[in-house]
Amino acid sequence: MQKIGVFVCHCGSNIAATVDVKKVAKMALKEPGVCHAEDYPYMCSEAGQSRIAAAIAEKGLTGIVVCSCSPRMHEATFRKAAERCGLNPYMVEIANLREHCSWIHKDMEEATEKAVILMRAAVAKVHLNTPLQAGESAVTKRALVIGGGIAGIQTAIDIADAGYKVDIVEKTPSIGGRMSQLDKTFPTLDCSACILTPKMVEAAAHENITIHTYSEVEKVSGFVGNFTVDIRKKARMVDMTKCTGCGVCQEKCPSRKTANEFNRGLNTRSAIYTPFAQAIPNVPVIDTESCIKFKTGKCGVCAAVCQAGAIDYKQQDEIITETYGAIVVATGFDTIKLDKYGEYAYGQSKDVITSLELERIMNAAGPTKGHLERLSDGKAPKEIVFIQCVGSRCSDDRGKPYCSKICCMYTAKHAMLIRDKYPDVNVTVFYIDVRTPGKNFDEFYRRAVEDYGVNYVKGQVGKVAPQPDGSLLVQGVDLLDNKQILKKADMVVLATAIEPNPDARKIATMLTASIDTNNFLTEAHPKLRPVESPTAGVFLSGVCQGPKDIPETVAQAGAAAVKVIGLLAKDKLKTNPCTAQADELLCNGCSTCANVCPYGAITYEVRLVNDHGIREERRVASVNSALCQGCGACTVACPSGAMDLQGFSNRQIIAEVDAICR
Amino acid sequence: MPVNQNNEEFRPVIVAFCCNWCSYAGADLAGSSRLSYPADVKIIRVPCSCRVNPMFILRAFEKGADGVILCGCHPGDCHYSTGNYYARRRMTLLFSMLDFIGVENGRTRVEWVSAAEGVKFSETMNSFVAKIRSLGKNVRLGDLRCKN
Ligand SMILES: Cc1cc2nc3c(=O)[nH]c(=O)nc-3n(C[C@H](O)[C@H](O)[C@H](O)COP(=O)(O)OP(=O)(O)OC[C@H]3O[C@@H](n4cnc5c(N)ncnc54)[C@H](O)[C@@H]3O)c2cc1C
Ligand code: SF4
Ligand code: SF4
Ligand code: FES
Repeated sequence: MQKIGVFVCHCGSNIAATVDVKKVAKMALKEPGVCHAEDYPYMCSEAGQSRIAAAIAEKGLTGIVVCSCSPRMHEATFRKAAERCGLNPYMVEIANLREHCSWIHKDMEEATEKAVILMRAAVAKVHLNTPLQAGESAVTKRALVIGGGIAGIQTAIDIADAGYKVDIVEKTPSIGGRMSQLDKTFPTLDCSACILTPKMVEAAAHENITIHTYSEVEKVSGFVGNFTVDIRKKARMVDMTKCTGCGVCQEKCPSRKTANEFNRGLNTRSAIYTPFAQAIPNVPVIDTESCIKFKTGKCGVCAAVCQAGAIDYKQQDEIITETYGAIVVATGFDTIKLDKYGEYAYGQSKDVITSLELERIMNAAGPTKGHLERLSDGKAPKEIVFIQCVGSRCSDDRGKPYCSKICCMYTAKHAMLIRDKYPDVNVTVFYIDVRTPGKNFDEFYRRAVEDYGVNYVKGQVGKVAPQPDGSLLVQGVDLLDNKQILKKADMVVLATAIEPNPDARKIATMLTASIDTNNFLTEAHPKLRPVESPTAGVFLSGVCQGPKDIPETVAQAGAAAVKVIGLLAKDKLKTNPCTAQADELLCNGCSTCANVCPYGAITYEVRLVNDHGIREERRVASVNSALCQGCGACTVACPSGAMDLQGFSNRQIIAEVDAICR
Repeated sequence: MPVNQNNEEFRPVIVAFCCNWCSYAGADLAGSSRLSYPADVKIIRVPCSCRVNPMFILRAFEKGADGVILCGCHPGDCHYSTGNYYARRRMTLLFSMLDFIGVENGRTRVEWVSAAEGVKFSETMNSFVAKIRSLGKNVRLGDLRCKN
C-alpha cells in the first residue's frame, strides 16, 4: 500500500474562493492510503514546496497528489520538488482544481463536491503509479542532409558554422538543385548562378562539410541522436582525387546524343559530362548507359585524352556507413508530367514549353545560348502566351489540388524579362487568380502589368491547337469580359505545377517520417513545429515540405539548422519515460501494434519466454523507448491487451474512471 | 422507456477524455477565460485521443456514467499526426455498438477542440450536458452487467 500525501492549494483566492479547500483536505484523509493532507495558500511557492518536502520526509510518503492549477502549469515544478526529496518525479499527480473547477463554477457546494471527486481520481491514479526513469541516449554530433539544392546547402552551412560536422548526400553529379537551372530570380531579378555559386563554393570549402554527390541514401536505422545510415556512392568512373576538371574528355567524347537532363532534354550532351559549368564538384561522371566503351567495349577516348589519368572504367559503387545525430530531408521538387494535359499540345508542338524549359532557353548557357527562339524553327517569336496554373489547384485527378505558389511570380518574371529584352514581343498571360503575397511581390507583378505592358487575361485556356503554318491557336475565355478569345501565338509557356521529388516517398519510408497525400513530407505540427518531422531527429528543409520560393526555402533551411544545432548541442538526450511496453506473456506477435505506430517504434524479436514454468521461444513486440513518443495508439490496437502505456496505463485510467463514477 | 425526461434536478455523471495537447489545453483556456459549464463534467487527461480504449468507455457506463465525451485535436492537427484518425474510427464503431445495446448515440460524442478553442470547449460541454439531461439517467449497462 502506498503512503499518499494530498496537498490542496488555495491559489490565493483563485481556488479557495469557490472551493472549500479545507473540506477537500479533510475528505482526502478518508481515501485509502492517504496518510497526510493539508491545504496552503500557495503550494508552488518556496514555502509551499518545503511543506511538501517536510511531509515526504516525516511521513515517508511514496506518492503525492497536488490539488492545484493545471498540470500544464506546474506539474514540472512539483515533480522537481518531489525529486529533490528523493521521491521519483513520476509519483506525483495533479488534480486540476483551478482551470477545470474553481474558475468555471460559482456554487461553492457544487464546486467543492467536484473538487473532491477530482482529488479522488488523482489519488486513485497515484496508487497505481510506478517510479519511472527517464532513459538517456548519447548524441552523435554529426548531421546528414539529404538533397543538395539551395535548401540542403543552406541548412548544411548553418549547421557547419555552429561547429558541427555535416554530410550532404546529393543524388545528381553536382549540388545546386533546381536553382542552378534558373536564369534570373524574382523579386529582384538577380542572376541565379551569381547568388547560388558562392553558396555552393562555401559549402564545398567548409571544413565541417563533406559532400557526397552522385550518391543516395540506401538504408537508415537507429533513432534520434543515433542514426546509422548506409550511403551508396555510385561509380563515377572518374577518380575524384586525380581529375583536374579540365573538360577535355567531354569535348572529345564521341557519344553526344544523350538528352541533356540539366537543359530539360532540349539539347544533348556527351556520355562523360558535368551537368553545368559551375558544377560542384567539377568532376565529370560517365553515364554508362550512353558510353560506347561500356556498350561495346570499343572506345576509351576519354581515358586516352585525360592528362591526369583520372578515368577509371573499373570503378564500382561503394557503400559507406556513417552515424548521425540528426537527419535533414531536403529532396526538393520536380515539375509534373504533362501527358494528361493533351489540350495544351505539349509534346505535340516543340513551341509549347514549360516554364522551367523557358528558364533554360533564357539562360546564356542554355540550349539556345540565351536567345529567345522557337525550338521548332529557330525563329524569334512575336506573340507569346503564358498559361498559369497548369496542373495546380486542380479538382480532378489530372493535376494537383494545391497551389504551387511560385508560378504567379515566376510567370510575371518571365513576362517582364521578355518584354524588357524584346520590347516588340507581345506577351499575354492567362490566369485564374494572381497570387502575390510576399515582400515586394505585388509591386513586382504590378510592374509587369503597368511598366512592361504585359497583357493579363483572367480566364482559362481550353485548347492550344498547332496550325499548319507553324503557329499555335490559343482558345480561351476572358472571364471579366465574358467573351471567347482566339489568339495566334508563336510560343506557349505552361506554368506547370510542381510536385515533390519522386524519391520523397522512399525517403520518408526509410526514415519513418510521414508524408501527405500529395507526397510532401509532413511537419510535426503545422503551426508550431514547421521544420520538424513527427519522427524525432528528422527535420525538413525546402520544397520537400511544401511549395516555396527561394527566400522561404532559405528561411526554412535556417530554421531546420537551428533545430539540428539544438539537438547536437546536447551530449545526452533524456527520453520520455511514459512509453509503451508489451507484456511478453500476453503478446502473440501479431504485428497489429507496429502497424499503427506513427514512429515505427515497435519491432519484433524472438525471445525466450517463461510462461508459468513453460519456457519457449516466442515472437514478441519490443518497443524502442527512444523512438516511442507515448501516444498510446498501440495500446488500444493490441487485441491481446499486451501493450500498455507507462504513466497512463489501462489500470490507472480505469481507476480514474471508477473514482469519477463512484 | 426514457426516464427523467428534461429533469433539471438530475445531476448526470459525465466523463470527458481530453488529449493533452489540444483539448485539455482548450479546457484550461475555457477555465482561464471563466467560460462556465456544468460541474457534472469531469475531465480525464490522456496523452492523445488514440489512448482511449473502448474498454474505458464501457467501464464508465458500467460504473454509472450517464454520458462520455472524447475530445481531441482537429483532424490533421494531432500531436502524433494520426492518433485522432484512429480514435475517430474506433469510436464510430463503439458508439454504434453501444447504441445497439441501448446506450443512445446522444450519450456518446467525439469532438475536436483545439488549444485555442476555450469557447468551443465550454459550448460543447454545455450542449452535451443539456443533451444528457434530456436523455435522463443511464441505466442500460448498469443493468446488463452480471450482478451475482
Ligand atoms: C520555373 C521555375 C522558376 C522559378 N523561379 C524562381 C524565382 O525566380 N525566385 C524564387 O525565389 N524561386 C523560384 N523558383 C523556386 C525555386 O526553384 C525553389 O524554391 C528552390 O529551388 C527550392 O530548393 P530546394 O532545395 O528545396 O529543392 P531543389 O532545388 O529541388 O533541390 C533538391 C535537391 O535534392 C536532390 N535530391 C532529390 N532526391 C534526392 C535523393 N533521394 N537523394 C539525394 N538527393 C536528392 C535533388 O537532386 C536536388 O539537387 C522557381 C521554380 C521554377 C520551377
Ligand atoms: S505509444 Fe505510440 S509511439 Fe509509443 S509505441 Fe505505441 S504507437 Fe508507437
Ligand atoms: S498488438 Fe499486442 S499482441 Fe500484437 S504484437 Fe503488438 S503487443 Fe503483441
Ligand atoms: S494529441 Fe490530440 S488527438 Fe492526438
